[in-house]
Amino acid sequence: MRKVTQKQVLLQGNEACVKGALMAGCRFFAGYPITPATEIMEIMAWELPKAGGVFIQMEDEIASLGAVIGASLAGAKSMAATSGPGFSLMQEHIGFACMAEVPCVIVDVMRAGPSTGLPTQPSQGDVMQSRWGTHGDHPIIVLAPSSVYEFLELTVQAFNLSERYRSPVIVLVDEVVAHMREGVVIPAKRDIAVEERPQPTVPPEWYIPYGDPGTGVPPMPPFGAGYRYHVTGLHHDVRGYPTTRKDEVEPLIRRLFSKISKDLDRLQWFDSFYTEDAVITVIAYGCVSRAALRAVKEARKKGLKVGLIKLKVIWPFMRRTITKVLENSQKVLVPEMNIGQLSREVKRVNQGRCEVVTLNKVDGTLITPQELLQKLEEINP
Amino acid sequence: MKETGHLIHKYLRSSKRFPHIWCPGCGIGIFVGALIRAIDELGYSKDDIVLVSGIGCSGRLPVYVDFNTLHTTHGRALTFATGIKLANPRLKVITVMGDGDAIAIGGNHLIHAARRNVEIATFILNNHIYGMTGGQCSPTTPSGLRTNSSPYGNLEPPFDICRLMEAAGAVFVGRSTVYHTRLLEQLIAKALQKKGFAITEVIFQCVTYSGRLLGLDSPVEMMKWQKENAIPVGKVGELEKGELEGKIVIGVMVDREAPTYHEEYERIVRERVKI
Repeated sequence: MRKVTQKQVLLQGNEACVKGALMAGCRFFAGYPITPATEIMEIMAWELPKAGGVFIQMEDEIASLGAVIGASLAGAKSMAATSGPGFSLMQEHIGFACMAEVPCVIVDVMRAGPSTGLPTQPSQGDVMQSRWGTHGDHPIIVLAPSSVYEFLELTVQAFNLSERYRSPVIVLVDEVVAHMREGVVIPAKRDIAVEERPQPTVPPEWYIPYGDPGTGVPPMPPFGAGYRYHVTGLHHDVRGYPTTRKDEVEPLIRRLFSKISKDLDRLQWFDSFYTEDAVITVIAYGCVSRAALRAVKEARKKGLKVGLIKLKVIWPFMRRTITKVLENSQKVLVPEMNIGQLSREVKRVNQGRCEVVTLNKVDGTLITPQELLQKLEEINP
Repeated sequence: MKETGHLIHKYLRSSKRFPHIWCPGCGIGIFVGALIRAIDELGYSKDDIVLVSGIGCSGRLPVYVDFNTLHTTHGRALTFATGIKLANPRLKVITVMGDGDAIAIGGNHLIHAARRNVEIATFILNNHIYGMTGGQCSPTTPSGLRTNSSPYGNLEPPFDICRLMEAAGAVFVGRSTVYHTRLLEQLIAKALQKKGFAITEVIFQCVTYSGRLLGLDSPVEMMKWQKENAIPVGKVGELEKGELEGKIVIGVMVDREAPTYHEEYERIVRERVKI
């Protein structure tokens, strides 16, 4: 628990998200109203003009993400926020941002689906959509906050990662965290590290817009800075021009993946509780991890050797971290407010190391600490 | 006539592998030439121009020209253009789209861009057909025409792009064919200088598909068709009812003033936002 101090303020999750975005340097937001993400748009409409940025309400979510990508190409750190149905519409442009390597942040406040679903009961049903929602092989980064403070912190990090890797970054948050109010100590600006996209160090005539400078991430000047280059959603060569040559197509896709996967060690973001001697480890994210922590504490009081790993990065999947958990536990419990999405990934990585148990709930209500405690007692060897 | 051959080297990308993707006899090249001549005449810096396109034959246009160029998704070019213009109003943002691109899949974005009045010079290259995918009917295909997706005849009436745009609030609406090259160049120049959302419909020939389906077998025949069926907007009043059937009205339909989105945004920030 964070200590209560003078500087603590009461914030809603969506409000904290906006604060994080502005701290990270967000200067463009395009949106379309959708519960339970609308507050992000409404607060942006108030705050962005004050910060010298631009807010615009577009005609739909497809247009929102299009405008966000356009603004990012013009040099502005840009963001959109939505929920399930709007997230489905955005998939086309998420793919474009992956392919053309345009930094942008997309917040998806998950509500129960499919389709219009259960507006607006909580859910974690978009885990796989956030990974594979847009067509074709593509890398993606997805962060999952579980508290109001973390929503602020991970929104800052989402901007940093999107700038560092020139990739769309998704903040996948459930309705509970988005609408919950908690006391938050807003970090000072000097305590927040803000990253900017790499810029060319060569004159325009030497600039190769999609060449690999060694880091896997080509430098990206804004439109209008004298570096005239071509951006396309087609497979392209290092100059950005369309190509179908196999010796250019595959290296591009390989680079898109490797620019992120080479840094997997830097993306193992999690909190662990009581895991040292845990026989059963709970792997959870979002609001479920809050109930899980309570359940783990109760179980410890009853003498059960249980622990919790709370994931902050969902994709790329933290294989290294999870493998260790699977090796050191007899059983792993993956509770989710979906029919079993991340647990599939845990099972895939597990490869028989231990027993993976799931607890799934899709009735639009939370998984309670009592339900988790009961399950832990049930599976305790 | 002014010598403009040197513009090829000034505005076409030497690093791009030619030949281009368009069929022999396609009318897009005439538009590219007119666009480049108009831009050169107006003296814009290449660094300040952002050329945005959607998907289709017209979508491939930006890759050949030496501006900041962006080839977006099908129908959505105007959404990207909106973001670019608002993030950096100093840039001259130009969008080119095809008829299926702008009117069918992008129809929603088009009417809202016109209503919003973000300063984007928009050109809809209308060949009345989906060319790249192989000759399917589009929202501008004439009723009754047999196409590869209307083998028994097109059941739908075509959209009049200019009337649609006028109703949606575009501050500049013009139409030309690629046969009327001088007019086309004038319209492009006017559209580029217009403060606000300027739309120009450019009728051009797709010899490979609409030409064959219309029974016009060569680019020359198609351009003759453009010449013979065009009626200057000023002469429309002289015609009897029904005489406009199947004709192409060319010229400037709308030229009006309205505050642009980013001007209004700046004004509101100045007047109402307490920083």
